[in-house]
Amino acid sequence: MNGRFSLEGKTLLVTGASSGIGRCVAVECAKMGAKLVINGRNQERLSQTLSMLEGVGHQDIAADLSDHEAVSAMVEQLPQLDGVSHNAGVTSIGMIKFIKVDDWQALSQTNVFSAIWLTRCLVAKKKLNKPASVVFTSSISGNDSVRHGEALYAATKSALSGFAKAAALDLAPQGIRVNCVHPGMIETELFHSSQDALTQDLDEMKKLFPLKRFGKPEDVADGIIYLLSDASSWVTGTELKIDGGYTLV
Amino acid sequence: MTLDQFVQQFAEQFDETPANQFTPSTDYKSLEEWGSLTTLGVITMVDAEMGKRITGSNLLACTTIEELYSFIQRI
Repeated sequence: MNGRFSLEGKTLLVTGASSGIGRCVAVECAKMGAKLVINGRNQERLSQTLSMLEGVGHQDIAADLSDHEAVSAMVEQLPQLDGVSHNAGVTSIGMIKFIKVDDWQALSQTNVFSAIWLTRCLVAKKKLNKPASVVFTSSISGNDSVRHGEALYAATKSALSGFAKAAALDLAPQGIRVNCVHPGMIETELFHSSQDALTQDLDEMKKLFPLKRFGKPEDVADGIIYLLSDASSWVTGTELKIDGGYTLV
Repeated sequence: MTLDQFVQQFAEQFDETPANQFTPSTDYKSLEEWGSLTTLGVITMVDAEMGKRITGSNLLACTTIEELYSFIQRI
């Protein structure tokens, strides 16, 4: 199936799989032949995702990855993995003068510390095969561009991408590749709620994209599949922008 | 938060518009400085100072600062 882009025979962990990009990644990876362990916070929505997966042998583990102990417990249950797509994340919009310590800590916990601690536990428990591929869903925000009100979100996403580069270097001797995708504006449930908060004129916003549309979760999933597959076996520490050309202008 | 305090907090989200231009009957969307940044400022202020979540659509649906204040009191 699709040669070196195939995920046939690979066992993958997909986090954030109860909605949005993570759910789409899970569905598309299963179509490409992977056996999946999917994770999300909401058991009901996670079960829905599980029912959407092609093939057999998939499993779901509900856990809140912003909780260190929950991450450690989940990793204990995992089989040996050939790859990880880490999508757990939340957005935040607000003005700098109203930043609250609790909000900042909660956002960092979900968007940064969960990725770091998950990687740490997977490596420490030797759950990643040699070779393996870890792909973090970061963002163009904070790395390639920013918009008003994104200060905290941008800070977490640039921290995530910074960690990924360092992890790529440190884990290369173990045959573990680490890469990021940097999506632009992707039409998910989160996107519509955040746009309503800002009352952006969506038709006007589309004109800011050289390719004249917002992204679809499938656009991001395709990039992640490439980075999980053997087609990217000489790619590590890279940041793949998937933004319809938004950051070109 | 009283209406007067709300008007004052509302005015603080603007950098260019003088504070004396803000009254309960001010049609805020007609102000030259009204835009995405001030919208964001008001939404965040309401969240931080009043513990209420409003959206850009809510801001569009109201006209005066007093009308917005009354709306927030009801949610």
